[in-house]
Amino acid sequence: MNLALILPLILLTPLAAAGLSLIHQGLGRSRSAAHAMLATLCALAVAAILFTLIGNHWTGYPNGPSHILQIAGTQWNWLGSLPLTNPANGANPAALALILQIFTAGLAAIIPLSAGTDRWRLAPICLATAVFSAFLYPFMAHWVWTTGWLSQLGQNFHLAPFQDFGGAAVIQVPGGLMALSVAWILGPRRGKYSAGQATAIPGHNIVQVLFGCLLALIGFIALESAACLLFSNSTPEQIPALILNAVLSASAGCLAAVLSTQIRYRKPDASLSANGWIAGLVAGSAGCQWVSPPAAILIAAIAGLLTTYLVEILELRLLVDDPGGAISVHAASGLWGLFAFSIFTTQPGNSHQNHILAQLIGIATLIGFLLPVIHGANLLINRFLPYRTDRDGDWQGMDIRELGSGAYPEFVIHADEFVPR
Amino acid sequence: MKLIGCLLLISGWLIVLAALVMLQTLLQRAAFIAAGFGTEILGLGLLANAYTAMQRRQK
Repeated sequence: MNLALILPLILLTPLAAAGLSLIHQGLGRSRSAAHAMLATLCALAVAAILFTLIGNHWTGYPNGPSHILQIAGTQWNWLGSLPLTNPANGANPAALALILQIFTAGLAAIIPLSAGTDRWRLAPICLATAVFSAFLYPFMAHWVWTTGWLSQLGQNFHLAPFQDFGGAAVIQVPGGLMALSVAWILGPRRGKYSAGQATAIPGHNIVQVLFGCLLALIGFIALESAACLLFSNSTPEQIPALILNAVLSASAGCLAAVLSTQIRYRKPDASLSANGWIAGLVAGSAGCQWVSPPAAILIAAIAGLLTTYLVEILELRLLVDDPGGAISVHAASGLWGLFAFSIFTTQPGNSHQNHILAQLIGIATLIGFLLPVIHGANLLINRFLPYRTDRDGDWQGMDIRELGSGAYPEFVIHADEFVPR
Repeated sequence: MKLIGCLLLISGWLIVLAALVMLQTLLQRAAFIAAGFGTEILGLGLLANAYTAMQRRQK
């Protein structure tokens, strides 16, 4: 194990969270900016503690102890069974897996904050994050990244294993599905739909959003590299191909969104282009180094296009108010990336049909198992601790309502300046 | 509608799992997995429709 390579990669992973948090708060309103950043910090903190204390027990690590069910002569590896509060001593795989997954669980947990911007209260955010990182995130992390049943489809069912090298199925899609559930429960921001029409509520700081994209690129590359080295037996020689594909994916996703919005609206849309950048990264994270560079460009370009259209469909047709576009960027692009990997993979050993079936089984698990479980958990929490702020909070903004002061106290429009003299 | 949507989602996943356990050939499994996906899409559609209808009422 190359500790000198893996540790710096793990330490760069939080840049992905930093990038996403800048994107989320920049796409929200200025009156909720401080709340958005504090919510991100709280979510990361809660996820780190709860994952270490509880989630890590269920997640386990490759070839670690697991709960295995024997059904009809087949082994079903459902959950890890590490001792609770397992300490990260030494440079063993268990310790490195725990450190990396503290950050990946946190990253998945901050994705839904984007969908709940401007109306999701801090206390329910912390509780939902606790439940997510302790009990929901470990399912896919164990099934895909360790020796769970999805990664053993090849051994047990003569298919290819379900594969996700960079976290599309473990981090992005669960986070995106959580965002969908939260957006459904919260409902749209007040004033979003009036007189039967959707009103555009533009983000308050696009510069931060675009800077967040650059930070996220470094974080995603580090995350994907560390995950490949720890969970997929990749070698350090394969990392340059992974970096190339990640940069090409982000570029293709962004350019596809720029071109698409240029053609449709006659001017490129900065926020949708930023979403395209992240969508490209997300879609590319499924295959990482196991697709060719032209295939990585094609997969990401389709993800960028998909995002621009899906944001509109969600907002206008389905009345889902997702200010940061988390559902399209993380859930839809992640699912597309997982499927596209099976079509374009250059990995030897299994037929394309076997790869396609295995990836479809994983996608069916995400939609058919994880979404209802996530939604059920959110509905239950919402019953005891209502997610949505009250009517006044909607207008005042979450900064004043929950924190008592705004993010930009000197940024005040004085009404008397507009009075004709 | 929401409950039925969630149940359909889970049913679709169980159909996919059943395909893995009960069937052997690639074609049979593909057909069952397609059926599972169809059920899941129906469930997702119902769930989305229920929330959209709720938002329309509140508007």
